[in-house]
Amino acid sequence: MRYPLAASMLALALLAGCSSTPMTSDQGASVEDRTASSAGAIPTVRPDQMQGAGLAALRDPNNILSKRAIMFDYDSFTIRGEFMPLVEAHGRFLAANPQMKMLIQGSADERGSREYNLALGQKRSDAVKKSLMLLGAKEAQIESVSLGEEKPQCTERNEACYAENRRGEMLYAGEF
Amino acid sequence: MKLTDLFRYLLITLLAATALSARAQLSIEITGAGANRFPVAIAVMEGESQLPRGVTDVVRGDLERSGLFSLIEMGPKPVGETATPDFAYLRTRGADAIAVGTVVPAQSGKYELRMRLYDTRQEAQLDALTLTMTPAQYRITGHKIADIIYERITGLKGVFSTQIAYVVKSGKQYKLQIADSDGANPQTALASNEPIISPSWSPDGTRLAYVSFEAKKPVVYVHTLATGLRAVAANFKGSNSAPSWSPDGSRLAVVLTKDGLSQMYTVNPDGSGVTRLASSSSIDTEPAFSHDGQWIYFTSDRGGSPQIYRISTQGGRAERVTFDGSYNVTPRPSPDGQTMTYIARTANGFQIAIMDVATRQFAVLTDTGRDESPSFAPNSRMILYATEIGGRGVLAAVSSDGRIKQRLSVQAADVREPAWGPLPR
Repeated sequence: MRYPLAASMLALALLAGCSSTPMTSDQGASVEDRTASSAGAIPTVRPDQMQGAGLAALRDPNNILSKRAIMFDYDSFTIRGEFMPLVEAHGRFLAANPQMKMLIQGSADERGSREYNLALGQKRSDAVKKSLMLLGAKEAQIESVSLGEEKPQCTERNEACYAENRRGEMLYAGEF
Repeated sequence: MKLTDLFRYLLITLLAATALSARAQLSIEITGAGANRFPVAIAVMEGESQLPRGVTDVVRGDLERSGLFSLIEMGPKPVGETATPDFAYLRTRGADAIAVGTVVPAQSGKYELRMRLYDTRQEAQLDALTLTMTPAQYRITGHKIADIIYERITGLKGVFSTQIAYVVKSGKQYKLQIADSDGANPQTALASNEPIISPSWSPDGTRLAYVSFEAKKPVVYVHTLATGLRAVAANFKGSNSAPSWSPDGSRLAVVLTKDGLSQMYTVNPDGSGVTRLASSSSIDTEPAFSHDGQWIYFTSDRGGSPQIYRISTQGGRAERVTFDGSYNVTPRPSPDGQTMTYIARTANGFQIAIMDVATRQFAVLTDTGRDESPSFAPNSRMILYATEIGGRGVLAAVSSDGRIKQRLSVQAADVREPAWGPLPR
């Protein structure tokens, strides 16, 4: 029972962070600038050593942010309703953590040309990228690429497997 | 099939199986042959026992596998290059041509192979040549002789001394391999734990462009085979794929997503000089230059389903090339400019098709349903492609008239993404 509670509290925290940011953005930015210049300290960004509470959330199996895969219908590049909460959570997370970088790997099922499937996978990763940007993620934070049919999650030949392989996978720096 | 032929076939299969267990190389099996095979006799070459293996077997194997020749049994007795063949006897045996040869020691450990080809009906010499070789070069020497015989008799360039590139997947390992056209001497140019696709030979045969996923995304590399040195030809934000050389080797057509959808560009092989080739609001991919460099054939879904189009390399409007069916992809124009091979989705699945460029008439050449990645031999006569048999990836080849069929497989591994190399220079 405590897991759903923790998850919803974190979601609330994220929502709060997200909604309050635009209103106080000017003041917040100036304070940060002063601190940085007066101290003279330049922070070291280590993309492969993720830190902070938000980063733990990425690994917490009970947090929606630990889920990364979005499945697509055949010949489709539309994010289905069931995956919108997941995309929203990552979009807000990226917006709230501008130092975070993401690689989205799109995939296609194995039927047909490898190169054409690479292009289809790209359309899927691009669709995820666009949705994340609508939620406040910055273009510079996200690279959308395609694995085509080359890295299937499921290797059987049936519709369930093909559906599993038509996907977009969201990976943060250090995870790929 | 005559008993002697059957015996030879079994022997070749046995030899191939022996070689396979030793080197895990591609073994070739003929699954269909030409209707009218040219009867030719290849006598055992005099003096070839000085070499580690016989040249004669290499020549015979090449001609046999081509599906265009039937070999007339000549017995184990060598016939030297200076002997005048017994034309009357050869005619009674049904041989329309005979090749004879002699291997003699030359300077500094090398050998000289002198060979003559005769027309038994005209009783005339068709060709004569001398090749210098090291003992270890018995295979390439045999391929060169088979090329000469093939060219003299069919009028087309022989492709036995060419190489092929392909990707072998075993477990989680991917290997980009280069082998002789008969599958012998496989060498690994790149071994990776990430996928490798779309190898494309430079026109001079010294370099391969390909897509490797070693950076967790598709990046186009140009790999110089002799040195193993690699240059990044395209690594822009997004995906980089589908490399294809211009006929003069100066440019590479590639597909990039840096400006949005998969779109076609050209780059220099060192990655400089990026130029957009065309602009569309759809997927444009799988570019391939025509033999004269005038056209780029490509796959696009601009009409709602993936179809083949072509666009002038000088620019202008794209012209649709395929109209039948809802899925026609991977266009590969033939080196002679006459035809184009591609993958068509039919009622039987994904199959190799060929289209006459002038008339736009087309035909399906295969009876398998998971064909992909067709690649023309440099003489435009055969098409090498990937397919699947018994749940395993194999390479296969089909003649442009659909009659001759070969299968090339490696035990316990998936083979895919073949690319037939150019004629040696």
